[in-house]
Amino acid sequence: MGTAVTPAAQAGRWEPALMRRRLSGTLFYGACLAAIALLLLTLILLLWDVLSQGLPWLDTGFLTGGPSRKTEIAGIFPALIGSLEMSVLVGIMAFPTGVAAAIYLTEYAGASRLTSMLRTNISNLSGVPSVIYGILGLALFVRIAGFGFTVISGALTVTLLILPVVIIASIEAIKAVPDAQREGAYALGASRWQMVRQAVLPAAAPGIMTGIILAMARAIGETAPLILVGAFTFVTFVPQPFSGGYTVLPIQVYDWATRPQADFHGLAAAAIIVILVLMLILNALALFVRARLSRHIQW
Amino acid sequence: MTIKHRKRLGALALLATIAVGACSGGGATSAPSSGGASDAPGGASEAPASQAANLSGTVTIDGSSTVFPITQAVAEEFQIANSGVQVPVAFSGTGGGFKKFCMGETDMNDASRPIKEDDEGEGLACKAAGIEWIKLQVAIDGLTVVVNPANDFATCLTVAELSTIYGPDSPADLLWSQVRDGFPAEKVERYMPGADSGTFDYFTEEINGETDAATQFATQSEDDNTLVTGVAGSKYAIGFFGYAYYVENTDKLKALEIDGGEGGGCVAPTEATINDNSYAPLSRPLFIYPDVAKAKTRPELKAFVDFYLENTTALSAEVGYVALPDALLQEQKDTWAAAVGG
Repeated sequence: MGTAVTPAAQAGRWEPALMRRRLSGTLFYGACLAAIALLLLTLILLLWDVLSQGLPWLDTGFLTGGPSRKTEIAGIFPALIGSLEMSVLVGIMAFPTGVAAAIYLTEYAGASRLTSMLRTNISNLSGVPSVIYGILGLALFVRIAGFGFTVISGALTVTLLILPVVIIASIEAIKAVPDAQREGAYALGASRWQMVRQAVLPAAAPGIMTGIILAMARAIGETAPLILVGAFTFVTFVPQPFSGGYTVLPIQVYDWATRPQADFHGLAAAAIIVILVLMLILNALALFVRARLSRHIQW
Repeated sequence: MTIKHRKRLGALALLATIAVGACSGGGATSAPSSGGASDAPGGASEAPASQAANLSGTVTIDGSSTVFPITQAVAEEFQIANSGVQVPVAFSGTGGGFKKFCMGETDMNDASRPIKEDDEGEGLACKAAGIEWIKLQVAIDGLTVVVNPANDFATCLTVAELSTIYGPDSPADLLWSQVRDGFPAEKVERYMPGADSGTFDYFTEEINGETDAATQFATQSEDDNTLVTGVAGSKYAIGFFGYAYYVENTDKLKALEIDGGEGGGCVAPTEATINDNSYAPLSRPLFIYPDVAKAKTRPELKAFVDFYLENTTALSAEVGYVALPDALLQEQKDTWAAAVGG
């Protein structure tokens, strides 16, 4: 029999270490909570600032009117249409090109040194300042290709700008598809194209969509490269996609925000709200499409 | 199954939330509170006399962001009077605008400084491309040097003292007492516009004697509102920017008088002193550069410049600048008429 250790004594032996472990766990939890709280607080402050300044200016006249030096009749209609045209064009061009490039790099190109170099370079491209793309776009699309100061020049420039983001996100999404899916497709006698189309792409679609939406959000918010490729600031007419001048919402915001008169700052805030709503709609659309697409994935 | 449905429902719910949010946002028709109090001078809201009818085409303009508000106001009124003409205006800066203008890509350039004749991107490019330009002054801006309202020691600075503060050799920890004996031994907190702006170019040339020569120890911003906030927030701060930014913030800033050293003594920036150039040397001319050759063949461009010179007095005052003296304005009109022949 001797010295039987009672359960109580045994617990006491571990007590100090347990306390320490629990404490460090609590601390970590607290740090994480503080991080998210800081983020949320910044967001709330930002939203509060924009909403309190902008909401009084936001009415139907603001959405349907053109820009004016008179703040009470100033609106964003040409800029809103310009932004919409731009995002549609960018989406049409960036989506197929980006996804195709990603498919090539993951499914076709193999694992040579050249492909890994290509991937590294594409990652680097996503870090290039957007103004550089503006300079490139001015030379390439406006002058050499002769598109002039049109929406299409701007859209092509922004497409180049967001392509790296689209490609990287798509590559990650395609890589995340288990190889079993590919092997299964081959086992059923699928060709490589059939495998890609019917096994890989549907499985990767939700991830690809997320990448596209993030990229589109960036496209909607760009200002600097567009000023370089000749987006105008004061446009009273509805922009045409392939001819004539255009402007976009962030440029309109920039103009108003840098004016000396406080009323223009209210207009800028109102235009920011419109951009935020546009982005929310885009994000909601993505979530919706994502939810639909992932219905069929079962693994 | 239920999970999939829940996902769809979640997405739908989100969409609906946003739609509702958008609608309530759009429906909030509470009128801008300060809209009615807008201090638009009555003179400019009378629509300027309508121009020759049936003009059509597009007049494209780029250039200085300082001149932009005037050109925007003129373009707005011109398009009301001539509905067939489109006048988009951009502001990629005086230099950026000249690069496009000298490639024939724009019809007119706004400029807050004269064109650099020997610069490859400006004068030389224009000559190479056969672009025939003409310089027309349209308004005056008074660069205003401001300090914090709590600053009770400085009311007037000489050009030499400004150069002590903003000159290229100014030390990092410059004290006010080093600017003038009797000022407190506190560090001068310097603010100034970004190096790309015409405001910066003009100030450095007039005060430091050389364009772009300036201290590296000032906080710079492309947005003058940031400078306003900076100076308004610190007792020992100093900054400078266009007159309109001071006029909108007289409660937060104190404008300094400037002694130009030509015997005029200390002069405060006001519309009168900027207009008659007694506020020297910081009264800055603002220009437009129309393409003369194009104006000869395109009536809408000629009409636009005519309209500009006709209405710049009222419109530039409305957007916060100072109008030209009548004699000087007449000179611009004569120059323009002589250039385009009529």
